[in-house]
Amino acid sequence: MLYALLCYDSEDVIGAWSADQERAVLARLGLVERALAEDGRLAGAARLLPSTTAVTLCKARESLVIDGPFAETKEQLLGFFLVECDGLEAAIEVARRLAVANPGRGAYEIRPVEAFKPGVLGRAVGSDAA
Amino acid sequence: MSEMASLDAAWIDAAITSARPQAVAALLRYFRDLETAEEAFQDACLRALKAWPKNGPPRDPTAWLILVGRNAALDGVRKQSRSAPLPAEELISDLDDAETALAERLDGDHYRDDVLRLLFICCHPDLPATQQVAVALRIVSGLSVRQIARAFLVGESAMEQRITRAKARIGAGDVPFGAPDPTERARRLSAVSSMIYLVFNEGYSAGGAEVKARGSLCEEAIRLARLLLRLFPGEPEVMGLTALLLLQHARADARFDDQGEVVPLEEQDRGLWNRRMIAEGQALIDKAVRHRRPGPYLVQAAIAAEHGRAERAADTDWRRIDLLYGDLEQLAPSPVVTLNRAVAVSKTAGPEAALALIEPLAPKLSGYFYFFGLKGGLLQQLGRAAEARQAFDQAISLANSAAEAAHIRQRLDQLAREGG
Repeated sequence: MLYALLCYDSEDVIGAWSADQERAVLARLGLVERALAEDGRLAGAARLLPSTTAVTLCKARESLVIDGPFAETKEQLLGFFLVECDGLEAAIEVARRLAVANPGRGAYEIRPVEAFKPGVLGRAVGSDAA
Repeated sequence: MSEMASLDAAWIDAAITSARPQAVAALLRYFRDLETAEEAFQDACLRALKAWPKNGPPRDPTAWLILVGRNAALDGVRKQSRSAPLPAEELISDLDDAETALAERLDGDHYRDDVLRLLFICCHPDLPATQQVAVALRIVSGLSVRQIARAFLVGESAMEQRITRAKARIGAGDVPFGAPDPTERARRLSAVSSMIYLVFNEGYSAGGAEVKARGSLCEEAIRLARLLLRLFPGEPEVMGLTALLLLQHARADARFDDQGEVVPLEEQDRGLWNRRMIAEGQALIDKAVRHRRPGPYLVQAAIAAEHGRAERAADTDWRRIDLLYGDLEQLAPSPVVTLNRAVAVSKTAGPEAALALIEPLAPKLSGYFYFFGLKGGLLQQLGRAAEARQAFDQAISLANSAAEAAHIRQRLDQLAREGG
């Protein structure tokens, strides 16, 4: 079963990381990601720009576009992984590995994926695309 | 487990740093005295370093620090008056309920105005710009006096004095504790935005060996701008400011060569530009433009984004940059803006037209390094070597850093070679 691991943490706290700290965390996350990819289990991963870059379109209010993320919360959605897992326990295990690579006060929300379309882009995008 | 503990220390550090502006701001509202607020926060941090590794991190570190800081300061008052004994330990071990109540009160406009007030008092009109910056770095960002002294290239005791004096000025003035009305809020936002821009410029204008010491000021300014943007998510000029800082800082690694010499924009290795910052800056511009109220920060950000978009210097859309500088001249007319526009004009219409544009600026910019740098360059392109040399000589005498002077000397050497 495919699972979505949604990463939540405080952008404030992450924004206070030193450049070295950030590099170290990204390197450790990269290792977990690579291992999952080598096992043929990683369907995709995305890191989102800060929630300050977000706008939100409200359907009910005549398609009003407002500035900011959908919900103002203490922790923000920072990104997600899509991983093939042999059941919930295996998905929790992957989240644990990610949490060791990137410790803190945040959380991983683990959601089974009902349907997934791999899309047509066929290439990686962004700063750690390679 | 021991690895977790050491990682926790890094987390505690980041949590305290990120909580500081909100926590000090709330404590300032509570005690109405900057000194007390800072001491209370300091006290709370010391307790956090003891309590968090033992009891686990609190759900809301900011609320925890505010509550514990407030209680610690109140205890201090009580101790002085020899009244009630201290109930401190239970307080620290069982905060959850109180924390929730406080966290709820922290949300919303109240909290937003707290942080704005804290930033705003650093912009005291009696304080010269560099002191505003120093005070903001000390109070809001929580940099140590030593760090700030290093960034300003002065001794620690001199900086200590400067900050103490500035804080005394702030303390003597009226700190505006009332909730601001929309006009007042806009006024504060604008003052605070300029102050954040000043913090950035202190870092950005550094050259050569100073870059390492002062570059962190740019990151600090970006952090403050993001904080402001989270508090005022619908303000296009705050989006513009944040975008501008990100887009300029994205070029940090390419702006100086190994010898610390300035590398002009056109010669920079664009592979060294930080693509993530450029993407974030562009995303903020896209949002801000939808408000259809462009302000000076947004237009400057849009100019920086034009450079960021060009994969090679030759791909730069100078016509569009010329138009944007035209907008900026309308919004915030200044000879420096016109000078910058002249660079775009020299690309679209040639050096002759650019020279004609900047010549009327001479009386106003007679002490400005970049004026003579650009003038020399334009004259050089027109083959007027003697006049170019004269302008370059003047530029060197006005250079703000050794790196700037060295760059102009290179141009003089080039001129000498061209002349045979």
